[in-house]
Amino acid sequence: MYAQMVKSEGMKSLEEMSPEERAFQERVDRGEKIEPKEWMPEGYRKTLIRQIGQHAHSEIVGQLPEGNWITRAPTLERKAILLAKVQDEAGHGLYLYSAAETLGVSRDELFEKLHSGAMKYSSIFNYPTLTWADMGAVGWLVDGAAIMNQVPLQRTSYGPYSRAMIRICKEESFHQRQGYAIMMKMAQGTPEQKEMAQDALNRFWYPSLMMFGPSDKDSVHSAQSMAWKIKMNTNDELRQKFVDETVPQAEYLGLTVPDETLTWNEARGHYDFAEPDWAEFFEVIKGNGPCNEERLGARRKAWDKGAWFRDGLTAYAEKAAARRAASNVAAE
Amino acid sequence: MTKKEWPLWEIFIRGQHGLNHRHVGSLHAPDAEMAIKNARDVYTRRKEGVSIWVVPSSAITASAPSEKGPLFDPAESKVYRHPTFFDIPDEVGHM
Repeated sequence: MYAQMVKSEGMKSLEEMSPEERAFQERVDRGEKIEPKEWMPEGYRKTLIRQIGQHAHSEIVGQLPEGNWITRAPTLERKAILLAKVQDEAGHGLYLYSAAETLGVSRDELFEKLHSGAMKYSSIFNYPTLTWADMGAVGWLVDGAAIMNQVPLQRTSYGPYSRAMIRICKEESFHQRQGYAIMMKMAQGTPEQKEMAQDALNRFWYPSLMMFGPSDKDSVHSAQSMAWKIKMNTNDELRQKFVDETVPQAEYLGLTVPDETLTWNEARGHYDFAEPDWAEFFEVIKGNGPCNEERLGARRKAWDKGAWFRDGLTAYAEKAAARRAASNVAAE
Repeated sequence: MTKKEWPLWEIFIRGQHGLNHRHVGSLHAPDAEMAIKNARDVYTRRKEGVSIWVVPSSAITASAPSEKGPLFDPAESKVYRHPTFFDIPDEVGHM
């Protein structure tokens, strides 16, 4: 759910499907994994490229709000931990780009689509990280929300995507716990530190709820993606699960979730909670969030300014290969 | 803007001494040496390995999914290749 509002191709009934499509759907229904060289509907391939690509972009852009605090971490240990976390995000991006590449798109093509704005990344990373407490809130809430979605995606129908998710989930729990550990420290600290922790929760609560995407009744692409098992739960299911798990964690911290309507609903066995401001969500998606320009600008700058380095390594590799070839000839 | 993309490499990691190298994923790198360095950062951040192999993805030849039947089905009827096919009386003891 680092992938939001991924456009899916049209949904067909079993009767409307070609024999190939029907055989494919039946394999998915049986829980078989689809591998790169096997036949798949064009819509499945395209939707997966969009979804995995968006997920990969989110991991990479997601490094920026946290990278902001590496040089200003309060202790050397916290700096080393944050550095390791941000490095993990780079790794997660690479696993996912590799998975997308098995579908016949290259990583550089995906980068170009990110840089031109043709592909999106998660709305959450367009919010600023203003204080150290935000490192806690991001790990606890943002990575926590990501886990809600990524754990079921380990069972997705596409083999390379599933394997990337398994690897990511192993590492993600470290991220959430390190975030919560920061929140605990600050919530138990001086009144000013506790206030910072509360402020971070206030600012990240609703953007975290938005990560799951709009309500299912407005989500036009869910049905086909769920039939293909590239989306495992509805947006509302995951959002509810996130709220149910997170509220007691906030209570333990002694912090208040910024939602006056939040109440435990005994009959439903779930919390009732307020929806985020969806108008704000659509503005952020459109590019009008507080940090859209800064984030995309940073990615473009890194890519453009790294060109000489990528080209240099390529030139070196070519020269070294030519030298090896020449010395082989001389030795014959 | 770089037009030439770095080639793709398949990465194999030996998890522990005595185990096979196992395919863990792929990555881009300009040459084999850099592929090993990148693989170390991408696939062994938590001591997942003691040795790395890198192979250009273009050097891998894979069996076609459509050949799955002819390749693997013949083994299905040869259950006698498994030790449990043979009943050995209990009196004989462990074998």
